[in-house]
Amino acid sequence: MADDVKDPAAPPAAGAPTKAPERPIAPITNPTHENHIWARRSFFGLAGWGLLSGTLGVWGTAFLRMLFPRVLFEPPSSFKAGFKGDFTVGVSEKFTPQQSVWIVKEAEQMYALIAICTHLGCTPRWLSLEQKFKCPCHGSGFKSNGVNFEGPAPRPLERAKISIADDGQILIDKSVQFRWEKNDWGKPGSFIPA
Amino acid sequence: MVKLPDQNELKKQVFESQIWRSIFRHSYQDNPRNRVLQIASNVWLHLHPVKMQRHAIRLSYTWCAGGLTFFFFLVTVATGVVLMFYYRPVGEYAFPDIQYLEFDVPFGMLMRNMHRWAAHGMVILVWVHMFRVFMTGSYKPPREFNWVVGVLLLTITLLLSFTGYLLPWDQLSIWAVTVGSNMGRATPMAGHQGPMAEQIAAMTGLVTPRYDARSLLLGGTQVGPPTLLRFYVLHCIFLPMVGSALMILHFWRIRKDGGISGPL
Repeated sequence: MADDVKDPAAPPAAGAPTKAPERPIAPITNPTHENHIWARRSFFGLAGWGLLSGTLGVWGTAFLRMLFPRVLFEPPSSFKAGFKGDFTVGVSEKFTPQQSVWIVKEAEQMYALIAICTHLGCTPRWLSLEQKFKCPCHGSGFKSNGVNFEGPAPRPLERAKISIADDGQILIDKSVQFRWEKNDWGKPGSFIPA
Repeated sequence: MVKLPDQNELKKQVFESQIWRSIFRHSYQDNPRNRVLQIASNVWLHLHPVKMQRHAIRLSYTWCAGGLTFFFFLVTVATGVVLMFYYRPVGEYAFPDIQYLEFDVPFGMLMRNMHRWAAHGMVILVWVHMFRVFMTGSYKPPREFNWVVGVLLLTITLLLSFTGYLLPWDQLSIWAVTVGSNMGRATPMAGHQGPMAEQIAAMTGLVTPRYDARSLLLGGTQVGPPTLLRFYVLHCIFLPMVGSALMILHFWRIRKDGGISGPL
């Protein structure tokens, strides 16, 4: 470094001979490789960080994917609910304990209401004396046709897909929902004729 | 008659033995230098400042709310480990194990209730601590980073309570977690009923009820045995570990930021 101080390219100012001359800052790059795009150190530095973040990225993705199992051991979403003649006009709780579905029969049509409150997902109860569904968690109330009329629930209960299977039984598929606020309730699959 | 050894000689033999001195490097001589060494060279105490301002130990200033929060955390750790010897996070066993703990295991009811009440105390006191820090202006620079760490610790505390709530596996806990996790449906970008969900689902097929933030938490589309196991692991391993790491940082930063803030 002593050579740098005596560098003639940076002579001390004439008026201030005692002031130390400014040193030029030595470039970090190796002078024998100054025509290369990458200094060796920068290349290996970036390669190291790239390898590290790539490895962590792959592992992170694997961990995240692992948290979503391929198979869920949950009850099947569709079931057969017997024949139309098994039901009388009104709300049937026959399949509520096992399947969380009410089967509602009206004069003209039948449909399946999913027994999940549209507020925060509790199971409402059918109160036959008051002819309404009432949620025990926060007090949402629904008429027998599933339309909300009291409490915090923002929208009516959802209907499950209902159809007649080949053997003439009612087939209900809970994985397909029909929502009143999307005008789904007149669509085929949202009801069957009574 | 047996002559008893000289007491001072015995004392000397114990306190100047290699075993004693290898554990306790400094005697209790009460001088400023030794007091500093006591704190600085002890693994349990070295997080503390070597000297305290007189106002910092005044109960009417800090209410000791942060210290009591940590105390309640230690109580939940000690009682929680004991409960883990009996509790199995499996759908068929969880609730019977709780009943066994409650009605048959000696001191089981005491341990379970201490765990529960200490958890309640921790949640209450963490808010009290936050209120005190706010009212004394202790969140201001140079302590603003420690306030952020404290907010993270508040979140960890609440998540510990939330995950612990499911473990009794009774109607109350299942429906409470159903309600709590249903809010995850509305997570922006990541919940299937949240903002942007339909667009992302149309493009990538993700962010559906089957693959979204809520099913990640529940391990399925509804609260079931996989949820119980997930919440157990989060409650007993993940959250306490993250919480402990943040607590170490939180306590260390108090010292690095100049000790407990002074009166205004």
